[in-house]
Amino acid sequence: MHDMSAHAQAGHHAPTSFIRKYVFSLDHKVIGKQYYGLAFLAACVGMVLSWVMRLHLGWTNLAIPGLHFLSSTGAPGDVMTPEYYLQLMTMHGTIMVFFVLTTAPFAAFGNFFLPIQVGAEDMPFPRFNMMSFWVTFVAFCVLVASFFAGDGPSLAGWTQYAPLSAVGSVAGPGQGLGEVLWASSIAIFCVGQLLGSLNFITTTLNMRTRGMSLWRLPLSSWAWFITSIMGLTAFAVLMPACILLILDHVAGTSFFVPSNLVINDQLQPHSGGSTLLWQHLFWFFGHPEVYIAIVPAMGIVSHILMPNLRRPLLSHRVLVYSMGAIAVLSYMVYGHHMFVSGMNPISSIAFSFPTLVITIPATIIVLIWLGSLYGSKLRINSASLFSLGMISMFITGGISGFFLAQPSLDIMLHATYFVVGHFHFVMAVSAMFGIFAGTYFWFPKMYGRMMNETLGKIHFILTFIGAYCIFMPFHYLGLAANVRRYQAFTDDYLQPLIPVHKFITVAALLTGAAQLVFVYNLIHSRFWGEKAPDNPWQATSLEWATTSPPPFDNFGGQLPVVYHDAYQYGIEGATDDYVMQNSPEQIEAVRDEA
Amino acid sequence: MATTVHEPPRIQEPRRPGGSVPAGNGGMRNLVPANGNLRAVQEYAPAPADAGIWVVLAAISMSFAALTSALVVRKGGAADWRHLTLPSILYLNTILLIASSVTMEISRRRVASFMGNREGHSGSASRWLYATLLLGLAFVAGQYVAWGQLRAQGVFLATNPSSSFFYVITAAHALHVLGGLGGLLRVIRKFTNRSLRRSTLIATSRYWHFMDVLWIYLLLLLWAKL
Repeated sequence: MHDMSAHAQAGHHAPTSFIRKYVFSLDHKVIGKQYYGLAFLAACVGMVLSWVMRLHLGWTNLAIPGLHFLSSTGAPGDVMTPEYYLQLMTMHGTIMVFFVLTTAPFAAFGNFFLPIQVGAEDMPFPRFNMMSFWVTFVAFCVLVASFFAGDGPSLAGWTQYAPLSAVGSVAGPGQGLGEVLWASSIAIFCVGQLLGSLNFITTTLNMRTRGMSLWRLPLSSWAWFITSIMGLTAFAVLMPACILLILDHVAGTSFFVPSNLVINDQLQPHSGGSTLLWQHLFWFFGHPEVYIAIVPAMGIVSHILMPNLRRPLLSHRVLVYSMGAIAVLSYMVYGHHMFVSGMNPISSIAFSFPTLVITIPATIIVLIWLGSLYGSKLRINSASLFSLGMISMFITGGISGFFLAQPSLDIMLHATYFVVGHFHFVMAVSAMFGIFAGTYFWFPKMYGRMMNETLGKIHFILTFIGAYCIFMPFHYLGLAANVRRYQAFTDDYLQPLIPVHKFITVAALLTGAAQLVFVYNLIHSRFWGEKAPDNPWQATSLEWATTSPPPFDNFGGQLPVVYHDAYQYGIEGATDDYVMQNSPEQIEAVRDEA
Repeated sequence: MATTVHEPPRIQEPRRPGGSVPAGNGGMRNLVPANGNLRAVQEYAPAPADAGIWVVLAAISMSFAALTSALVVRKGGAADWRHLTLPSILYLNTILLIASSVTMEISRRRVASFMGNREGHSGSASRWLYATLLLGLAFVAGQYVAWGQLRAQGVFLATNPSSSFFYVITAAHALHVLGGLGGLLRVIRKFTNRSLRRSTLIATSRYWHFMDVLWIYLLLLLWAKL
């Protein structure tokens, strides 16, 4: 190891006041934990919303005790109105996509570990970093405030299609103030993510320590870097779109509202706006957003698999190129969300082709994982199990994507539960599994204590089985033409499907309850867990070269010097079977691509 | 599968701020001295602002690209679109903004040569910075006058899609110029108390020139499309 002589830590003083240390902290590690906490809170809210919706779908007009406290008009006598179902659905989608799937794998883990993995003492713009979190927090508060303001939150779905989203309260409850709060919240959220992306990109480009070439970056760092580029371009488009939407609401402009629109027998005072324009702007953000959620999970899972496989993946470079290809292609495929929008059919074909092409890099990534797993002696622990789970969910969700990529099939399936099953698997659950894997893997580094492995494995088994029980039947429902976004299924042909809905609801409640095991494990381990060693997984990257938890400046006054690729596992002749990135030990290169 | 020893890249000579070597994006990886002393890193590494400013400009470009495409899509096939004659004061404002870019460039060179201890004195550099600030303020004030002229003609935000886009795009640009003025004030303050870093100066001037180029693009867009 390099010499650890006593160099002054004069450059970077740790703050002493409570506010600077825990609230408005400039330390990327504290900000990462704050993001994790926010995502955790948001996930709880989003999950409870899904339970309430599922109960309503399984047992229409079921009184859910206490629901009227949330909204007396939306749930009179604890039974939700059809409109209130849509409002809860909108909030579930928005909270989960923006405040869980974007913040946890990208902003939370990325903030904590990107600077450490590149060998820096912090991000280059700590003040922007702090603002990034607090702006995101304000966005969350604004969104949640819409539950309690006016006639509740927006009911236009997380995609907020115009003209429903743009005409105001005439379109239904929540479309007045609730809608403005939604659009404001997301515009604010964009600011936070742009500030975060700025830090992530400059950290990767400018803050790498000596010897840390780009190809020596761990795959998780690569994933965060690629994601931050996607975030920068996608959120920069969503923000002006939200501002135009707000103007249609409050200033009477007609960006998205067409002429002669009659709603509830009232002619709308707008003219000539383009409803498709909103969809173009939204999905230009929205599709990259899918990959903003899943690419960090891909990087995290790849990063976790290797110390457990005790050998490198088949190819580090091809995996990075594939993630890059996904990022580039993600801007060319967004129209596949609009096959049923009335868009020119030629456009549909033009969007269908890259949609099928983007499955190639995704498939390559999956094959790299599977090929690396083949014949290996995988160490079974909670982190590796959840990594396998993520791969499983991603494959399952990806396969239904092949069908949906074709306009002729998508026109049939688009408005059904088939799509709900598809995106929950490929983006939501697989990203959640990535978050869980990252939590079990990095918790010892973040808090200096080990998590309970037995509870972790129980949590995995219950969640894995539960996720399939919830989301697999969605595909069946969709093929049976069960329409989505409906609050009740009253048509005759849907009656035989009601038991499936009941099954899904029970599975969702049980799987949700199983998360209590995780919550208990998290809290118990945080305070009473076994003390974590510096490198509990015998891993090679730089976060394991410092103490658990890392000191304020990450490396105790001395930046590490990097000598090796990120994943030198299974090295014959080395002192151990692995060589850390900052170890000057000379080794025979195995699968060295740098 | 040859036996290779992974040596870190050779350390280059530290680039000192104010030296003749332009600051690039080499990053700290080349600049951590062998003993890994953090203080030395902070002193010699090229600042992330050098790369960060391009990231900022990329994001701003994306936002205005989104507004541009929204304008083009909204205008295409819309029966309600009425032509909007741009207020002529916009052309005067354009000249002011271009002039501010020129003064920004002069002040950047003066400040840089003053910081490099080559020639000049701080007073003349400060004067050019203040001139840039004033011209920038005059531009924003001029835009405000333009909005006033349109309002006087009864053309408001919601009057017609063309006026909607005019107000939105010019306001978004003006807000970004105000942000640049804030950055400029920061540069002046830091220059006055001798804590200005070269990278801050370069980033601010790049941002300022970008606002100039962006405005010329937007003016052409509005002129051709509204």
